[in-house]
Amino acid sequence: MKSQQQGTNPVGAVMVVGAGIAGVQAALDLADAGFYVYVVEAKPAIGGVMAQLDKTFPTNDCSMCILSPKLVECGRHLNIEILAPARVQGIIGEPGNFTVTVNQAARYIDMAKCIACGLCAEKCPKKVPDAFNQGLISRKAAYVLYPQAVPLKYAIDPVNCLYFKKGGKCKACEKFCPTGAVDFSQTDQPRDIQVGAVVLAPGFKPYDPTKYAAYHYASLPNVVTSMEFERILSASGPYQGHLVRPSDHKEPQKIAWLQCVGSRDLNHCDNSHCSAVCCMYAIKEAVIAKEHSKDGLEAAIFFMDMRTMGKDFEKYYWRARDEQGVRFIRTRIHSVDPVPGTDDLSIRYLDEDGTLRAETFDMLVLSVGLEVAPEVLETGRILGIDFNANKFAETSSFAPVAATRPGIFVCGAFQGPKDIPQSVMEASASASAAGDLLAAARFSLAKKKPEFAERDISQETPRIGVFVCHCGINIAGVIDVEAVRDYAGTLPFVEYVENNLFTCSQDTQEIIKERIKEHNLNRIVVASCTPKTHEPLFQETIKEAGLNKYLFELVNIRDQGSWVHMHEPERATRRAKDQVRMGVAKVGLQQPLREFTLPITKAGLVIGGGAAGMEAALGLADQGFKVHLVEKKDFLGGHALKLNHTWRGEQVKPYVDGLVQRVTKHPQIEVHLNSEVTDVQGFVGNFHSTLSTRGREVEVEHGAAIIATGAHSYKPNEYLYKENPRVLLALEMDQAIREKNPLVTTAKCAAFIQCVGSREPERPYCSRVCCTHSVESAIRLKELNPDMDVYVLYRDLRTYGPRENLYKEAREKGVIFIRFHADDRPQVAQTADGGLQVTVKDLILGLPITIRPDVLTLASAIIVKEQEKLAKMFKVPLNNEGFFLEAHMKLRPVDFATEGVFVAGLAHYPKPLDEAIAQAKAAAARAAVVLSQESIKAGGVVASIDPALCSGCQACVGVCPFGAIDYKETEKVCEVNQALCKGCGTCAANCPSECITLLGFSHKQIYTQIDQALAELKMAAEAAG
Amino acid sequence: MSDSTFEPKIIGFFCNWCTYAGADLAGVSRLQYPSNIRVIRVMCSGTVSPHHVLRAFQKGADGVLIGGCHIGDCHYLRGNYMTVKRMRFLQDLLKFTGFEPGRLHLEWISAAEGPKFAQTVRDFTEKIKKIGPSRLIAAVKAA
Repeated sequence: MKSQQQGTNPVGAVMVVGAGIAGVQAALDLADAGFYVYVVEAKPAIGGVMAQLDKTFPTNDCSMCILSPKLVECGRHLNIEILAPARVQGIIGEPGNFTVTVNQAARYIDMAKCIACGLCAEKCPKKVPDAFNQGLISRKAAYVLYPQAVPLKYAIDPVNCLYFKKGGKCKACEKFCPTGAVDFSQTDQPRDIQVGAVVLAPGFKPYDPTKYAAYHYASLPNVVTSMEFERILSASGPYQGHLVRPSDHKEPQKIAWLQCVGSRDLNHCDNSHCSAVCCMYAIKEAVIAKEHSKDGLEAAIFFMDMRTMGKDFEKYYWRARDEQGVRFIRTRIHSVDPVPGTDDLSIRYLDEDGTLRAETFDMLVLSVGLEVAPEVLETGRILGIDFNANKFAETSSFAPVAATRPGIFVCGAFQGPKDIPQSVMEASASASAAGDLLAAARFSLAKKKPEFAERDISQETPRIGVFVCHCGINIAGVIDVEAVRDYAGTLPFVEYVENNLFTCSQDTQEIIKERIKEHNLNRIVVASCTPKTHEPLFQETIKEAGLNKYLFELVNIRDQGSWVHMHEPERATRRAKDQVRMGVAKVGLQQPLREFTLPITKAGLVIGGGAAGMEAALGLADQGFKVHLVEKKDFLGGHALKLNHTWRGEQVKPYVDGLVQRVTKHPQIEVHLNSEVTDVQGFVGNFHSTLSTRGREVEVEHGAAIIATGAHSYKPNEYLYKENPRVLLALEMDQAIREKNPLVTTAKCAAFIQCVGSREPERPYCSRVCCTHSVESAIRLKELNPDMDVYVLYRDLRTYGPRENLYKEAREKGVIFIRFHADDRPQVAQTADGGLQVTVKDLILGLPITIRPDVLTLASAIIVKEQEKLAKMFKVPLNNEGFFLEAHMKLRPVDFATEGVFVAGLAHYPKPLDEAIAQAKAAAARAAVVLSQESIKAGGVVASIDPALCSGCQACVGVCPFGAIDYKETEKVCEVNQALCKGCGTCAANCPSECITLLGFSHKQIYTQIDQALAELKMAAEAAG
Repeated sequence: MSDSTFEPKIIGFFCNWCTYAGADLAGVSRLQYPSNIRVIRVMCSGTVSPHHVLRAFQKGADGVLIGGCHIGDCHYLRGNYMTVKRMRFLQDLLKFTGFEPGRLHLEWISAAEGPKFAQTVRDFTEKIKKIGPSRLIAAVKAA
C-alpha cells in the first residue's frame, strides 16, 4: 500500500466481512496488533467452509481440530466483536474513516440468556434441510449452525419457523426454553459502525451442478458434490463418519470423482477459471474414503490436468497413485447414466488410448468449482469495489489484497479460487495493509487485556478436575471415554470428572470455568488431543477462572491414543487410563509458576532484498517499525528484475523500480547491501544479530526476523542447454523478448518444454510458476509474430485459478499444446546446420512428431541452495527439498515454530510474484503482532536452583546452552538467570544432587509419572470397587 | 510367562519439539503401533537424567525409549548432545551390572517423521518382546 494521506486521526477499528478461516485470521492479526475489530458474518456462527470440511490436504489434519482453536480465540478475543448473522448495507467515508451500515438480523434468541442446551431445537416441530450438512439431513427451525459453533448460541430461522409462517402459533421453543432466551419480539437492527478500513473475506460458494443435466445430480441421490462428500466423511456429519451412500446407506465399493464441474467450463456455466483446489481435495477425499472403507474401496479420479502445484502436493498425488491405489484417468466425463434396477451409476469415457469404455460406480462425486455467491457480489457492489471477468474481486498483482476502492482490502477465495494456506496468507496480508493505513491509531480503540486475579491455592490440597473429550468419534470411536472418566474419578485428589463431545469448544470453556468455581477445583486435567495445539487454549480458560495457567495437564489420548491404536479399543482404553493416572499424579504436584515481562526491541530484520524482502520491509516500516534489510548482492530487486510481465500482463520493471526507490528512501529502513547474517543470538523480542558487510561486522538488535532469501533456477544438464545457443531458460526467454533478440524476433517456430527438473524423483515438487510463465511467453511470441508456430510440450498444464484464462487465450491464438509422458519425454537433437530438432510422441495421435524450433525454452525448476546456515542460526527447519518449513502447512503459512521468525517468498516454496507479495505482507503482519506489543512474557517453565542444596559444583554452568547459569562466588552457589533460561532442563538432569528443578517438569513429577505408568491398573480399579 | 503372551511395559521419554510432535504426526497419519508404551513428555531429551531411566527399570519397566531431535536440530541447541553422552554412559553401566543394555534405546525422530516414530515403537516393542520380561522385577517379587 502507498503511504497514506488520510486524515491525521484515522479510526483504530477495522471491519472484517466474512468469518471463514480468512476472515478469522485477518481479525486475529488485526486485534492482536492493537486494533478493534468488528466481524460481520452472514451466518449465525463463524467458521465458514473450513468448518464443514472433514480433513485438509496435504497433511490430512482434521479440519475442525485445527480450526476450532482459532474460532475459540476469535470468539473470546477482547478486541473482536462478532456480529452474526449480519450483512453490510452501505458505506460512506474515506480510507481511515468509514461509516459502515450493518444490518444485524434478529436471532430471536437472547444470546446473553442462551445456554446452548438445545431444548429449543429438540422441541421445535419444523424440520428443515440442514444447509451445513449440505441438505443430507435435516435440522430444526430453531438450530445451532454446527456443534462446535462460535458463538455457541441457538438461532431461529424466521423463513421456516412456524410462528412466523402461521401468524403467531407454535412457540414450542419459547415454552420449553429453561432460561427464557427465546424472544420473538426481536427485530433486525441497523447499526452504523465507524472503522478505518474494511477487510472483505466473504469467501466462495460451491458451484451448483444442477445445470449439468447429463450428470443427473438433481435426480440421482448417489451423485453428490464434493462438499456433500466432505460431510459424509465427517465424524460430525450426517452419517457420523461412516462411509455410506445416500440412496440406501450401504457402504460403496467403488467411487469416482469427476473433476472440473463448474470450472474450466463455458458450456454449462460462465466459469472459465480453474478452481485451483479441486484436484487436491479430490485426491484427499479419495485417500480418506479408502481409509474409511472396511473392505478396500476402489477410488478413481477422472481429470483433465492434475494440478497439484502447492507445497508437498505433488508427493501427495504420487502417494495416492502409487501407494494408496487411487486410479487416475485423464478424461472429461460427458454423461452419467443410472444403471436400471440398481442405485449404481454408469459412465462412459474415452481412455488415453482412445478406447471407449463403460464403467459402473456405486457413487459419483462431482468436484465442484468455486464461485462468488450472488449476494456477496451484491455486498461488493454496495461497497463500490470492482470484480474481474470471473466475478472475483479485482486486484493488481502488486497489491494483491487491495480492492479497487482505497481502504478496502480483500482476501481468501473472494479474491480468486485458492486453498487455505493462501487464504490465510492473504488474510494476514490484508491485516498488514490495513495496519499501514491505520498505524497512527493503533491501541486507540483496542482494549487492554484484563489481568485475572489469581486465586491463592498455596494452603489448599489438590482438588483436581478431569475432563475427558470424545472429540466427536475421533476418540470415543475407539476409547471407552466413559470408562476413562469413571476411572479418573477414583484417582487421588480428583474431585470432579466429566465427558465432553468437544472439550475444546467454546461452550466447554465456559463449563470448565463454572466447574472450577462450583467445585473449588485448583488443578485441571484434560484428556483429549495434543498439548502442542491445545494446551494454550485450556491454560487461557483456567486463567480466566482464577487459576495459575500452569496448574494444568493435557493428556494426549487421541494423537497418541485412539488414532494409533484404532483396532485395539481395549488396549487403547487401558493406555488412556494409565496416561490419565500419570497426568493426574503430575498435576497434583504442580505449583503455580510466575511469569515476568521483558521489553521488546521494536525493529525488524528482513533477510533478502528481492520483491518479497522489500515488500516485507515496507510492510513493517510503513507501520512505524525500524527495519534492517539485508541483501547479499550489491543491488536490490532479486529475480523480479528478470521478469517482463506478471500473468495479468502488468509490467514488472516499473513496480520493482518503485519498490527499490521507496525502500532506499524510507526513513525507517536501513539497507545493508553486500551483507550476510553471520550470527543470531537472543529470542523473540530480543534478537541480537551480527551482519557482515564485506568483512566488516555490525550488530543489530531486532524483535522479529523475516527470511525472504528467494530461490534459484535449476540449470539443466539435459536438452542441450548451454550446448546449443537456441536453448534458453524461461527467464532468458524473458530477456530475449525484452531485448528483441533476433533469435526470437526472426523465429518462425518456437517450443517450450515444461517440467525440466520439476516433478522428478530427485525433485518431487511442482515449481508452480512455469506453466503460466510459458503460456504467457507463448502468447507474447504469437503477438510478436502471429505466423510463428509455437508449441508447448507439457505433462499437466497447471494454469491454476484465473490463470486458466491465459491458457484459453493461448489456444485461441493458435499455440499448440502437446502433452508428453514423464517416462517418454521429448528428445532434443542438434541438426547438422546447428538447428534444433525436437521429437515428441503426441499422445492423441499416438505417433511421434518432429518440431524444428528456432528457439527452445526450458521451463526449469525453481530450487533453493544453502539455506541450512540461516536455518541453523534461527533454529528453524527445512523440508526435504531444502525449502523453509513453516510452523503449520495450513494455518501458520508464514510463521515458524520458533517465535518471532517468519518466512516469505520463494525461500518457502516456488510462487508467482503476486503470491510472494501477499506472503511478504503476511509475514510483516505477523511480525507486527510481535513488535506492536509493549513487552513479552518470560518465566514459567524455567529452571530454578535451591541454594540450600546447591554445593556449588558448577556442573550445571557448563551444560547450559544459553549461558543462563552463573556461579555466585560469595554465596558459593549457582543461580539461574530466568530471562535467559529457555527451559530445556539439561542442567536439572546434570545436577548430581538434583537441587535444580525445571519448573513444570520437576524430578518429583517425572519420578511420579514413571511410578504411575508402571503401577498396576487393577490396583486402582480394585480400590474403586 | 511365555513369549507369546508377554506384553512388555515400555516407558517413552519424548522431547516436546521433535519426537513428541513426530508421535502426534504418526497419529494424524493414523499409523498404527503397539499400545505397550506410556509416554512422558519432557521439554528436551536432555531433561532425562540417568536417574529417571534407572527409576523406570527399578519400577518394572521392560524397556525405556528416549526420543529427541536429530543432532543439530535441538530446539535448545545442544541438549541432545548431553543425552547421547548420558545414555552411552548409562548403557555401559547397565551392561556392567548384567542388565540387558538393549532395554534402553535412544532414537532421533523429528517432528516430520511420523512413519519413523511408528516404526521405532513397533521395532522396539518387538525387540523387548524378544529379550523377554525384565529380570529385575522378578528379583523384586522373589525378594
